[in-house]
Amino acid sequence: MNPPDDIVVEAQELTKRFPETLAVDAVTFHLRRGEIFGFLGPNGAGKTTTINMLTGLAWPTGGTIRYLGRDVTRRVKRVQHLMGIVPDDSNLYPELSGFDNLCFCGALYGMPRAERRRRATELLSRFGLSEVAARKFATYSRGMKRKLTIAAALMHRPAVLFLDEPTSGIDVASSRQIRTLLAGLREAGTTIFLTTHYIEEAERLCDRIALVVAGRIVRLDTLSNLVSGLRDAQLMQLALSADATTLLARLHTDFPAATFELTDPTTLRVRSVTPMPLAPVIRCLEEHDVAVTEARLVRPSLEDVFVELTGIEAARMRRDPEKGRGPT
Amino acid sequence: MKIWIAYWNILAKDLRSYYLKPPNVSWGVIFPLAWTLMFFIKSESAVDVRGLVPGVMALSVLFGTTSMLAVTITFEKKGRSFERLLLAPIPLELLMLAKTSGAVLFGVANAVVPIGLAAALTDLAGVIWWQVCVAVTLVAVSSAFLGLFVAVSVSEVFEAQSFSNFFRFPMVFLCGLFFPIDKLPWLLRPLSYAMPLTYGTDLLHEAFNGAGRFPAALSVAALLGFCAFLFGLSIRNVRRKWIV
Repeated sequence: MNPPDDIVVEAQELTKRFPETLAVDAVTFHLRRGEIFGFLGPNGAGKTTTINMLTGLAWPTGGTIRYLGRDVTRRVKRVQHLMGIVPDDSNLYPELSGFDNLCFCGALYGMPRAERRRRATELLSRFGLSEVAARKFATYSRGMKRKLTIAAALMHRPAVLFLDEPTSGIDVASSRQIRTLLAGLREAGTTIFLTTHYIEEAERLCDRIALVVAGRIVRLDTLSNLVSGLRDAQLMQLALSADATTLLARLHTDFPAATFELTDPTTLRVRSVTPMPLAPVIRCLEEHDVAVTEARLVRPSLEDVFVELTGIEAARMRRDPEKGRGPT
Repeated sequence: MKIWIAYWNILAKDLRSYYLKPPNVSWGVIFPLAWTLMFFIKSESAVDVRGLVPGVMALSVLFGTTSMLAVTITFEKKGRSFERLLLAPIPLELLMLAKTSGAVLFGVANAVVPIGLAAALTDLAGVIWWQVCVAVTLVAVSSAFLGLFVAVSVSEVFEAQSFSNFFRFPMVFLCGLFFPIDKLPWLLRPLSYAMPLTYGTDLLHEAFNGAGRFPAALSVAALLGFCAFLFGLSIRNVRRKWIV
């Protein structure tokens, strides 16, 4: 069966098993032309391994990969000209200047000399790196390295751009610039596959999001559909005067119709399917010397969906350290 | 056409970034000089320069080529810039040829130094130069592929050096340069025949002195065989170890 015209990449039951771990467990998804597809999950969820299989750096142990309807599972090399790849760690040549790095990357895709020089100049200007174009890559700041790595992936105008944690560990201004740039690329029709463990980033950028845990996709949908499941729920956030950790069990027992979660020791989230009076909850807390200093209705976010579906606290995702290398 | 743009640029970058750096250029000059000097010091009588040149050339090419390639590839693999090459739309075989071409050129350039020295010290009339070119090129290519095999087998730069020596030093002592193969213990002789340097040195001896042990065609065939074997093995290992 031919795929719809707008499907650029398809992964069907894609699996990667290492001798001691199942890194990717039969994931199925497709990328549509001109969308930003988010792969959201904690470190070790299998995001990088999935990118490696889709780009030809790892052999799948099961499943199929199709580009533009063509099965390339064992021959990804044949479609590498369609891809731009931004790895989780900037991997340009430290001894070359920014300009030379871009020209070299263009040459790897067969771009003639004049064209790659023109394109490198254009990209350096677009990323605000013109002034440091002649400096060696080794001397760049982390944010500059990241931007140049993205520019290198764009040299040959790829149809699909793979980004592995593009804003991980860089400053706020650079992150914002990268996000603006990705939005611009989507407008221009580039398909983007983005892995991240920043929920806010996925929420801001992605058209569709796959929530990935332990190598499996636990949910895949558009942001609005993901959140709509929780839209009917009542979600209140209470600011407390003291640590309420020891009271959680008591609250669950006294109010079985609701669920309680502490996002930090003095912030309590109360979720219920139907509206429920808050006064008894506040009284219960006050009986244990915990006052409620503020109460507000919360609009469900992707973070709530993520926590609901995966059981992984959003705070842990934020705390996730910078990744090491290897199959994650 | 497009893949040749990639090939040429990988080669040009390697030459610029590694092989034409002053420390490596000085290595290419000092190493053959040191070997030549060693033979002069060792020899109690007048030195037969024409008899000496083939061995010094072969050793210069072997050490220059294997050292550089094993280290540069391991360095790029460690820094992950090698991944960028693996992700480029060029066949793996061509990519590896591009990476080894710089080392081959470096090895050939290393061989020029002993020839220059020999030309200054003795008359080189009667040398079969085309055979010298073939021999030097084949020794450089087989040494480069040996370096490639080493690079693919290790993960750290220091391992690349020590693992290279595991192959290089037995070759130096068993290739017939220091001890004629006939005078080696019979148990070691098969090892000599299983080393590319034996055939490279022999081909050079034939070209300089007409004193080769094997027919030139056999040496050429053996060197080509070693090149094909080492290259094939390296490509297989890259597919197995680096594309996991």
